[in-house]
Amino acid sequence: MIEIRTHGRGGQGSVIASEILADAFFHEGKFVQAFPAFGVERRGAPVMAFTRVSDSQIRERCQIYQPDHLVVLDRVLIETVNITEGLKEGGWIIINTNSEIENSELIEKFHVATIDANKIALKHRLGSRATPIVNTSIIGAFAGATGLVSIKAVKEAIEGFVPLKKEANMQAAEDACNEVKIIS
Amino acid sequence: MKKVIMGNHAVSYGVRASEAKVISAYPITPQTHVVELLSEMCANGEIDAKFIKVESEHSAMAACVGASAAGVRTFTATSSQGLLLMHEMLHWAVGARLPIVLANINRAVGPPWSIWTDQNDSLSQRDVGWLQLYVESNQETQDTIPQAFKIAEELQMPVMVVMDAFFLSHTYEIVDLIEAEKVREFLPPYQPEIKMDVNDPHSFGNLAGPDMYMELRYMIQEAMEKGIDVIKRVDKEFEKVFGRGYGVVEAYRCDDAETILVTSGTVASTTRAVIDEMRDEGISIGALKIRVFRPFPFEDVFEILSKAKKVAVIDRNISFGGHGIFYQEIKSALYGRTGIPILGYIAGLGGRDITPSVIREIADKALSDKNPERYINWIGVKR
Repeated sequence: MIEIRTHGRGGQGSVIASEILADAFFHEGKFVQAFPAFGVERRGAPVMAFTRVSDSQIRERCQIYQPDHLVVLDRVLIETVNITEGLKEGGWIIINTNSEIENSELIEKFHVATIDANKIALKHRLGSRATPIVNTSIIGAFAGATGLVSIKAVKEAIEGFVPLKKEANMQAAEDACNEVKIIS
Repeated sequence: MKKVIMGNHAVSYGVRASEAKVISAYPITPQTHVVELLSEMCANGEIDAKFIKVESEHSAMAACVGASAAGVRTFTATSSQGLLLMHEMLHWAVGARLPIVLANINRAVGPPWSIWTDQNDSLSQRDVGWLQLYVESNQETQDTIPQAFKIAEELQMPVMVVMDAFFLSHTYEIVDLIEAEKVREFLPPYQPEIKMDVNDPHSFGNLAGPDMYMELRYMIQEAMEKGIDVIKRVDKEFEKVFGRGYGVVEAYRCDDAETILVTSGTVASTTRAVIDEMRDEGISIGALKIRVFRPFPFEDVFEILSKAKKVAVIDRNISFGGHGIFYQEIKSALYGRTGIPILGYIAGLGGRDITPSVIREIADKALSDKNPERYINWIGVKR
């Protein structure tokens, strides 16, 4: 089983990111589960969501405490939240940022990949400058960096899941898949 | 068609496929998506039903009572304080023998305010006379809705389908969607023997004196006692059409198990993973899921548990001053027929996570407990 934890802020689309990711794996024939951390969600507050992927029926119905991989929609969370809590060594961390990752511990212990998802989202007119909607881009970057799921499946999931601007979201995912930078 | 959907929407799709004609509900977290999608389906003609907006849950159930009495298939959904506000009307639905189906998303009762899961909301309605079915997956949630209508209409009794907040309601997973066309093979149109009809006037809800009231209560109990067989048969009929069945209880690796953990809802699912892990270590343990809580399947429970040497019940609920509520029922089922120790564990109240390690802790305690006469063992509580 693969367990993935998504960190973001309320309003960025973290919960939907976890669902699109699950749906993408479903398109590749996997059993999946996706759910939010059950808090009271507020715009701007740190939020989490979870995705489980397995070759067999998933029976665990509880939150994920030892994820295999992380998806981080806001780089500031790296400094404010203990995002790597429970993360298995050697796991992937996909971070939305336009700058260098200076935290050498992250780079040494885990596989780190970065993507400027804000830029891609704005290029495709997803969200506003203040709150770009980066969830489809970051999932594209996850596919590109980890190779665990194909970009084709991610695009299929976006088509089925996203109610508006399907084409723009699919293109954003594709761009992010191609532009993701593997740091370690 | 298989699709990744949330538990709340699994309810909505189940209602769509059952072709309910009147839906009346008031939104409340974590139930809101259920009626949000149903109201959209009503508005865009996907379902030929009337959606009645109301100002409270009491009115929602009152509207369902009226619609059901007029002879149509009727549905509502709620949670926690909403279910409690319906309480008076829940009694009405039973007394009037109306086959309403209600989905309750288990949410802890306030104060203190909580939106997270536990079973005290639905279990506090134990004695009103509604049948109660507890489900563990989105697939079972969807499939149980048409089953509930069939059971309700045959017994002329209302049925509550109960699911955990968030661990099901907000969790996306794969569901094989059922469609009305195929459900019709299983669930015929609702044709009540008696209904309110302006062209054929009768009076309903009159005063029943001491010479009558008790017989009407007897008939409700009679319907409940018939219920177990009806639920089993309906489940078999569903399985014939759709290839999926759930039973009234589900035993997992119980055949030769010395210790059996009794669970319900999503905990039943997580428990199976723990049972496999413990079996791999050579520990003789199994799990029993209670799907039907009212009527309680006393005989089925006895048959499975009486072969064990020890029973441990996990309750995500408590009857204050009493014990865990499933625990009390399990004791009743075994009373006077076996001397097996039965241990009660309270866990996960107010949505506290019941992880595999919490279940393992309970199992380990149950296995090593030398003094198993304690009725309540609190798990993970800070004292």
